[in-house]
Amino acid sequence: MRLFGVRLPMMSSLILWCVLWEVAGRLDLVFLLPPFSAVLVAMTEIVPTAGFLRATWLTLGCFALGMALAVLVGVPLGVLMGRSRAADRLLGLWVNLFLSAPLSALVPILMILFGLGTTTIVATVFLFAVWIITLDTQAGVRSVAPSLLEMARTYGAGRVALYRRVILPAALPEILAGVRLGVIRGVKGVVIGQLLVSIVGYGALFELYSRSFLMEEFWALTILLFAFALVLADLVGRLEKRVEFYAGAR
Amino acid sequence: MIQAMEAERPAPAAEGAVPAVEVRGLSKTYNGGVLALDDVDAVFPQGALTSLLGPSGCGKTTLLKIVAGLLPASEGEVRVMGRAVDGPGPERAFVFQDFALLPWATVLRNAAFGLELRGVPEAEREAAARRCIAEVGLAGTEGRYPHELSGGMRQRVGLARALAVDADVLLMDEPFSAVDEQTRRKFQEDLLRLRGVERKTFIVVTHSIEEAVYLSDRIILLSPGPGRVARIVEPEIDRTLSPEAIRRDPHYLETVEDIWQGLRDFVE
Ligand SMILES: Nc1ncnc2c1ncn2[C@@H]1O[C@H](COP(=O)(O)OP(=O)(O)O)[C@@H](O)[C@H]1O
Ligand SMILES: [Mg+2]
Repeated sequence: MRLFGVRLPMMSSLILWCVLWEVAGRLDLVFLLPPFSAVLVAMTEIVPTAGFLRATWLTLGCFALGMALAVLVGVPLGVLMGRSRAADRLLGLWVNLFLSAPLSALVPILMILFGLGTTTIVATVFLFAVWIITLDTQAGVRSVAPSLLEMARTYGAGRVALYRRVILPAALPEILAGVRLGVIRGVKGVVIGQLLVSIVGYGALFELYSRSFLMEEFWALTILLFAFALVLADLVGRLEKRVEFYAGAR
Repeated sequence: MIQAMEAERPAPAAEGAVPAVEVRGLSKTYNGGVLALDDVDAVFPQGALTSLLGPSGCGKTTLLKIVAGLLPASEGEVRVMGRAVDGPGPERAFVFQDFALLPWATVLRNAAFGLELRGVPEAEREAAARRCIAEVGLAGTEGRYPHELSGGMRQRVGLARALAVDADVLLMDEPFSAVDEQTRRKFQEDLLRLRGVERKTFIVVTHSIEEAVYLSDRIILLSPGPGRVARIVEPEIDRTLSPEAIRRDPHYLETVEDIWQGLRDFVE
């Protein structure tokens, strides 16, 4: 970015927004918006508290478990739908429906099924992440060059070898793209799940902060969650780039 | 009629021997109802290079894939060394038009992949692959990836993979169609040299008359709609001549012209 002919560093637009926030906060322009500096101070205060650490562990645990389940279910399901027309006809409609449905509306049903606890949060992460993983895996498996499959057959590949040595590696770039998008959705899931359950983890903290009008803490927590989501998506994105290197010739 | 007579005449290369591949009464109707091959009889003698020649859509790929066991025939049978087959087998190896290399694997692993699928231990299969990579003129590229190679080099990797499994019959579907003309000529000469040292049976699909005449001991001409054997030609090119001399040789030119006259009717 350039301003009055001077090159500004990458993050300067972010700084500009932070300054605006600070000013707006100090002038008390917007209701419930404390100055940015106060939010930063609150952040340093809440991070070391036992409640925050416990909530963080719970969030990470629920997120990891839900994502693991989403990958373990989504990838095989996508492979099945990519290889079998019948499976695609039977399941494709539902997967597409769930992909674009407002899934938050289903969380209350999960709460009835799984109770007001971590199981519901795990299930929410799973529900948010699994469909895009399934669809991207399916697309990857579909786009495996037919001649690669024929090649494997002419050299006598059995079923297991065909999947392990040809289909899965060939579809890996799409699978990882699905996982990256799944991670982003999963973060939404873990936050929404906690907010709706609201008696454990960050949900409980949010509930506490907003009910007691602790706006500094509220915003500090929000910013931390955003950063968490960005960092995770970036990590998977990096892994994806490495894999794209070898898939570059397709 | 010519075809029946010709087909029964054993090739000079293998007098009295069982043909490496033989197809009898082969027909193929695709699911959509397209009749691609209609009652094809053909013999591919051991140790000879036989071309399948014909215009696009006349069923060359279909015939080759049925011989490879990749496609089921609707009628008729394929015999390899006298035994009827109905699927792929270790005695046949296929070289693909689009190379069919694993983009995530090095040249070495690609060349060894046929052996990998057959469960050959790593050291052994890599030794065999290195030998074949050298044989097709790619020594030194073992650690590279397919997207770092030219089209001609990629096809050589595909050929090395087929050589590494040491099949008796090499099936090649337009192996030179995706490479430029210079590479193509070099490749043709290499193929002739390989044929001399490897004692394998080659079945090569092509739509180039010159290429077929230049390479083949025997050319099976297919006519389109539906694919049938139209004619069989044995070019009998004097291989002691240099490549340039062959391309100027009157007998070579006559054979090319003769085949062109025959095929012209189908194209028009
Ligand atoms: N999978 C398929 N389904 C239906 N028709 C096909 C299929 N593959 C080839 N054909 C048809 O069969 C005929 C022969 O095709 P092909 O063997 O590919 O010819 P060639 O290799 O000589 O160009 C063509 O008319 C083509 O359209
Ligand atoms: Mg073809």
